[in-house]
Amino acid sequence: MSATAESVQERRAALKGLGTSRKRVEDARFTQGKGNYVDDIKLPDMLFGDFVRSQHAHARVKSIDTSAAMELPGVIAVLTAKDLEPLNLHWMPTLAGDKQMVLADGKVLFQGQEIAFVIAEDRYIAADAVDLVKVEFEELPVLVDPFKAELPDAPILREDIADEKEGAHGARRHPNHIFTWEQGDKAATETVIGEADVVAEEMVYYHRTHPCPMETCGSVASMDKVNGKLTLWGTFQAPHVVRTVASLLSGIAEHNIRVVSPDIGGGFGNKVGVYPGYVCSIVASIVTGKPVKWVEDRMENLSATAFARDYWMQGKIAATKEGKITGLWCHTTADHGAFDACADPTKYPAGFMNICTGSYDIPTAYLAVDGIYTNKAPGGVAYRCSFRVTEAAYFIERMIEVLAIKLNMDAAELRAKNFIRKDQFPYQSALGWEYDSGDYHTAWDKALESVGYSKLREEQSQRVEDFKAGKTRKLMGIGLCHFTEIVGAGPVKNCDILGMGMFDSCEIRIHPTGSALARLGTISQGQGHATTFAQILATEIGISADDITIEEGDTDTAPYGLGTYGSRSTPVAGAATAMAGRKIRAKAQMIAAYLLEVHDNDIEWEVDRFVVKGAPEKFKTMKEIAYASYNQAIPGVEPGLEAVSYYDPPNMTYPFGAYVCVMDVDVDTGVSDIRQFYALDDCGTRINPMIIEGQVHGGLTEALAIALGQEIAYDELGNVKTGTLMDFFIPTSWETPNYQTDFTETPSPHHPIGAKGVGESPNVGGVPAFSNAINDAFRAFGLTHTHMPHDHWRIWKTANELGLHAES
Amino acid sequence: MSKQTINLNVNGQSVTAEAEPRELLIHVLREQLEITGPHIGCETTHCGACTVDMDGMSVKSCTVFAVQAQGKEITTIEGLGDPDKLHVLQEKFKEHHGLQCGFCTPGMITRAHRLLEENPNPTEEDVRFGIAGNLCRCTGYQNIVKSVMAAAEELNKPESVT
Repeated sequence: MSATAESVQERRAALKGLGTSRKRVEDARFTQGKGNYVDDIKLPDMLFGDFVRSQHAHARVKSIDTSAAMELPGVIAVLTAKDLEPLNLHWMPTLAGDKQMVLADGKVLFQGQEIAFVIAEDRYIAADAVDLVKVEFEELPVLVDPFKAELPDAPILREDIADEKEGAHGARRHPNHIFTWEQGDKAATETVIGEADVVAEEMVYYHRTHPCPMETCGSVASMDKVNGKLTLWGTFQAPHVVRTVASLLSGIAEHNIRVVSPDIGGGFGNKVGVYPGYVCSIVASIVTGKPVKWVEDRMENLSATAFARDYWMQGKIAATKEGKITGLWCHTTADHGAFDACADPTKYPAGFMNICTGSYDIPTAYLAVDGIYTNKAPGGVAYRCSFRVTEAAYFIERMIEVLAIKLNMDAAELRAKNFIRKDQFPYQSALGWEYDSGDYHTAWDKALESVGYSKLREEQSQRVEDFKAGKTRKLMGIGLCHFTEIVGAGPVKNCDILGMGMFDSCEIRIHPTGSALARLGTISQGQGHATTFAQILATEIGISADDITIEEGDTDTAPYGLGTYGSRSTPVAGAATAMAGRKIRAKAQMIAAYLLEVHDNDIEWEVDRFVVKGAPEKFKTMKEIAYASYNQAIPGVEPGLEAVSYYDPPNMTYPFGAYVCVMDVDVDTGVSDIRQFYALDDCGTRINPMIIEGQVHGGLTEALAIALGQEIAYDELGNVKTGTLMDFFIPTSWETPNYQTDFTETPSPHHPIGAKGVGESPNVGGVPAFSNAINDAFRAFGLTHTHMPHDHWRIWKTANELGLHAES
Repeated sequence: MSKQTINLNVNGQSVTAEAEPRELLIHVLREQLEITGPHIGCETTHCGACTVDMDGMSVKSCTVFAVQAQGKEITTIEGLGDPDKLHVLQEKFKEHHGLQCGFCTPGMITRAHRLLEENPNPTEEDVRFGIAGNLCRCTGYQNIVKSVMAAAEELNKPESVT
């Protein structure tokens, strides 16, 4: 071997593969203002679309007069349901097996609902024309409280399906009822609860909120009538599924539709669904023969697209006197708004809410979820969460705290007593999941030790004493959370979206000079796929990540995939990348053996080359192999070096984490101050620690927002009270703390590289940690549970109700 | 509505635009002048994605009428650096993972640039207060603050030239 040969370590480092905090390749364009987002697209003769929306939450549409709007110079057309009906596009299917009006068909069911679509030469004219469309309404009684949906005097919202006793998910017991979904053993759970030493009960409400990415939703449709091709650019987290849906809806053959997700300004679940704006931009382009852009404004985004959560979770948790949990019961009332447009795999109308046994070995459990229609916007998306996992984690992590109070036990100790032990994995949960791997006790102990948990409790006790003695008006809360996620949907046998199995894909081409192009079925919205997928591949095929281009989001070039949401990119497309890489390596091995004139089995892989066993000076690098694959006739081997993998994961992955939040709460102002936030995440094999940390920071901040103030609130008439960023809380740099991140690493046994996904963990775990801290601050004064969001007013109100403001 | 002729200087170049009195600066920049670095996130002055520099002050160009920019000097992200010589802030945002989806980034960097012009030696608190008008949904700000602090340090090195 040459004396100057690089060491194995140096060659490995040069790859910038797994485990490297590689700087992001995306950042060059974003830092220079050269990203290409939907609203940056400008095509010749492009027109703009804008919606006439309902100001009422429930009303009949008596008439729509578009004449004044049509007279305005620059207005091309105004579409209503009547125009879409001949095309059968006035309604569209939802991801949840329901259907949704594209434009109001006789009535409106929520404030902000789309009534007419104005097409004009520019966005100002379109907005003027929207004001000129006259809609005559007949107001109807409004239903905003899901618990009143089945009362005798409740208005019937969905007259289109009022008589249908059977919905997409089984029997419906009332016109305003969508489904009942049951999991687990009801009778056994009720027996356990009936016989338990201790039962804690609570209604845990996870309020309605919204993903609110910085970029709103939008699309540009361009129908090329000469070639019969439709191109649709849009804010799509699942471009391939959008293509299939667009084809089925429009009747345009799928090969004549190209869907492109350009750069996406954050998604967080908001951009999974199909919205009327997308459909209308397509129809408008077909009608006018010109490209049509639709981009919603912030108020439209918050009030009409894709809310999240809104789960009323009634819980009972049973335990022995010693604190061993014996059973969990949950009944959830799910407010779905006017159409069931949840973005869940088809067979899971309440997503993965049945992960609600959390990190605990609970032998018996039962979950029922009732979906209800109300006069609110449709949605129910997984806001930085894998299909209702956030609701499930919040529920169990609140129930644990409530049980700890009932048992008069420390909540950290109660958790440790009930964790699934390391030796129990793979673990079969009472509600039907097989957890792949975990080491909860190690993570928990590390977290408690890192924050100095027992000292914090001592300080808290002293604070209570000081408060009672009148020495302070600030209480201290310690918010604990140990969460388990279920991500990476999923096995095709039980997970699909509109019938499409939830596999994902990667296609790799190695170029003659030894660089590569890989295309995936997913689409980055800030996660840094172009950076991290190249790292996975670099380690698999021995080509530096810097020499690998990653492409996603163009259905004409990328292989079919189900997209990016539910933390599925790394578990599914990341696995496909590794598997496709292994196919490349298998072929490379044959080529190398031929070049080295040895048998395939006589060479072995070493970082970036195949080496003859026992003769390290004889080797062929991947670069040499790549060139040979294009320039030599190798017997029995096809020229070129390409591979594709469609990966159907055998199971979900189960990331977990241990979080601790320490807060000071001012009893008189209700102001909460985050003193410390410690987040330990175990996402299995770590691909890029820098990006993982960034994901954790961001997810925690979204959790902070949700727990401490962010909500989509309605008044009794169905008016959206939080439709702008003035009312809808997004934390600024001023109220966001610095976070302390940490990790353990428990690989997934079934994932090719052991990775589990991390993007959503901090939101799933963060919300309970923040909320538990607020609740815990008042535990010494008799509080068991108070609902989120814990804004200053609600905290003040809690303190007031506990008599902490009483003057003697 | 009749259009007005507006003469302004954008990123060092004199340009002319035709706009109705009601047209917003952000729309004129993006749609007429094809400067798409500044983005539209809310149109109500809350999010700061449209932040540009106008005569040495940060403004949110979604609530400035284009006609108000008559005779003004506007600097956008496109005017801060170029591919051959990035601005220190652009370098530091890349180095410290100060961005994810990138949508808020042009406004954030443009704002940070003005902040450092006004206060070359900011504390972390100064930075957090100074960029609080610019929202980010991805990063949790921690790495943005780190990037701005690192840029300040770099700019304060004696040999550093912007």
